[in-house]
Amino acid sequence: MTDLTRLTIAEARRLLDAREISATDLAEAHIQHIEQVDPAIHAFITPMFEQAREMATGADAMIERGEGTALTGIPVGLKDILCTTDAPTTAASKMLEHYRSPFDATVVERMRSQGAVFVGKLNTDEFAMGSSTENSAFFTTRNPWDTERVPGGSSGGSAAAVASGMALATLGSDTGGSIRQPAGFCGVVGLKPTYGRVSRWGLMAFASSLDQIGPFTRSVEDAALVLGAIAGHDPRDSTSVPVDVPNFRAALTGDIRGLKVGIASEFRDIEGMEPGVAAACEAAYAELERLGAELVPISLPFSKYAMPTYYITAPAEASANLARFDGVKYGLSIDGGNVIDSYLRTRGEGFGLEVKRRIMLGTYALASGYYDAYYVKAQKVRTLIKRDFDRAFEDVDVIVAPTSPTVAFRIGERTDDPIQMYLSDIFTIPANMAGLPGIAIPCGFSDGMPVSLQMIGRAFGEADILRAAHAYESATSWPTMPDAITPSGTAR
Amino acid sequence: MKLDRDTVEHIAALARIGLSEEEIELMREQLSSILDHIASLQDVDTDDIPPTAQVIQLHNVMRDDVVQPSLPREAVLANAPATEDGYLKVNAVLDQS
Repeated sequence: MTDLTRLTIAEARRLLDAREISATDLAEAHIQHIEQVDPAIHAFITPMFEQAREMATGADAMIERGEGTALTGIPVGLKDILCTTDAPTTAASKMLEHYRSPFDATVVERMRSQGAVFVGKLNTDEFAMGSSTENSAFFTTRNPWDTERVPGGSSGGSAAAVASGMALATLGSDTGGSIRQPAGFCGVVGLKPTYGRVSRWGLMAFASSLDQIGPFTRSVEDAALVLGAIAGHDPRDSTSVPVDVPNFRAALTGDIRGLKVGIASEFRDIEGMEPGVAAACEAAYAELERLGAELVPISLPFSKYAMPTYYITAPAEASANLARFDGVKYGLSIDGGNVIDSYLRTRGEGFGLEVKRRIMLGTYALASGYYDAYYVKAQKVRTLIKRDFDRAFEDVDVIVAPTSPTVAFRIGERTDDPIQMYLSDIFTIPANMAGLPGIAIPCGFSDGMPVSLQMIGRAFGEADILRAAHAYESATSWPTMPDAITPSGTAR
Repeated sequence: MKLDRDTVEHIAALARIGLSEEEIELMREQLSSILDHIASLQDVDTDDIPPTAQVIQLHNVMRDDVVQPSLPREAVLANAPATEDGYLKVNAVLDQS
C-alpha cells in the first residue's frame, strides 16, 4: 500500500487522475499523519482539518468534472503570515493572535480556485523575523531529522511540514533566506522566485523591497508545478511584474550540457563554514560538471556587504510596515489611558523581542541625523551588490553556493547572540538584495543532518535554476524525508 | 559604536514601543553590537553610486480609477478592538477642555 504522505505532487496527481485514490483519501491520510506526528514537530499553529475535508470533497468533484489542474486535491500548508478567510492569520505574534483576515492573499485565492486542499497554517518566526522559529510567540518548531534542532526560519513550519509528510507542498516567504535556509535545514526543496514574480497581496509585509512568496516541496518538479500555479501579474500588487509565466515544468529537460555555472570565490571559503557543508557542496559542483555543465570561477566582491546592507534595509522597511499595529484597527489593544500610552503599551507588550529589536534598528537607521549614514549608504551599497550579479550573469547562466554555512543548529544555541543567528543567512541574503531567484536543494549530509545547495539565477530566470536543480536531483537521490519521526534525538 | 541610554529611549519613543528597564539595557547592548557589525559599510566607497531602493524596473504603476466595492464594513470591524456606531473607537486626540 502506497504511503500517501510520502508522495510527490506529481505522483499524487497520477493517482488522483487515474482515480486510484480520491482527494478525500489523500486529505484523510494527511490529517491522520498530522495528528500522529505534529505533537513531536510543532509545525502547525492552526490545523484546518474541517476545511481540508470540505476542500477535498470539492476537489473530488472538480476531478470528476474533468476540471482538475496540477494542484487539485493536493494537501498544502500555508505559512501563517499569508491571509486566509477561513482560519486565523497570526504571524506567530501575540499582536495578531485572534486576527481573522477579511480577504484571502492572492496566492491563497489562486490555490483555492485550483482545488488545493489547505491542511493548516504553519509556524514562523514572529512576522517572519528570524532564522529558527524560536522567535515565534507560540512555540518552536522541531527539525524532523533531529527534534533537538531548529528547522530553520523564518518559514520553519513550512519546511518541517514537508520534510515530515504533513503536506505535499507548503508556501513560505523569503526576505533574506526564509524559504531557502529552512528548506536546507530540513532537507527539502525551497524556491524563492524573482522579486515581482509572485503577487504579495495578502502577505503580511516585513520588508517590501525584499519579500517574496515561494514553495517548499519534496522535488524540483513539484516546485515548478507550484510556482506555475501561483506566479503571474496581479493588479492588486503594484510590484508584481507583468511578464509571461513560462511553463516551468517544460524547462526540466534533464540536459545541462554547456550550462555555465558560476562559483564565486566569496561563497567558497568563509569563516564559520562547516567542513561537512563545504565538502558536500564541492561534490555537488563536481557532479554538475560531470553532467556537462561548465564551471566558471566568478567574483562577487561586494557580496560580503550584503548582510550589513540587509540589516539596515530590512529593519528600516519593517519599522515603517509594522507602524500599522497601533491597537486601533485590529489586533492586540492595551488601553494606556491616552493615545500615546496606548501605542506604547500595545506595541511594547504585543511585539516579541526580535521584532522590537528590528523596529528599533530600522527607526534608528531612518532617524534624522542617521539617515544618510545608514539608510542611504546601504541603498548605495545595494547598487554595488546588484552590479556584481549583473556582471557575473554576462558570463554564467546560474550561480551556485551553499544555502547556509552550517547544518541546522541546536535549539537555544544562538538565541542570545543576534549576530550569530543572522550569520546563518549569509549566503541567501545577496539574492534578495538583487531581487534574484534562488532555489535550495538537498546535496548530502553532514553530522547526520541535510546539507543544501543553492542555485541563483537571472531575474525571471527561474526556468534555468529549476532545470539545473532538476538535472542534479535526477543524477543523485538524496532523501527529502527521514525514515521515521521520533520525538527526541535523531530521526534516521 | 556604543549607544547611550538616552538614544535608546529616544528611538523607542519614535517607534512608539514601550520598553521595560531590562529591555532598554538589552537593546543598548545588542543594537550597539549590530551597529558595530554594520559599520563595515563605511569602508565602501560609494561616491557617484546611485542608491537602489528597489530592483524591478517598474515606475509609477497606474491603474484606471474604477469604482469597486470595498470590503464589507462588518468584516473589517470584526477585528477592531473597539467600535461604536460602525466606526473605530479611539482615545481622544484633541484636548476636550
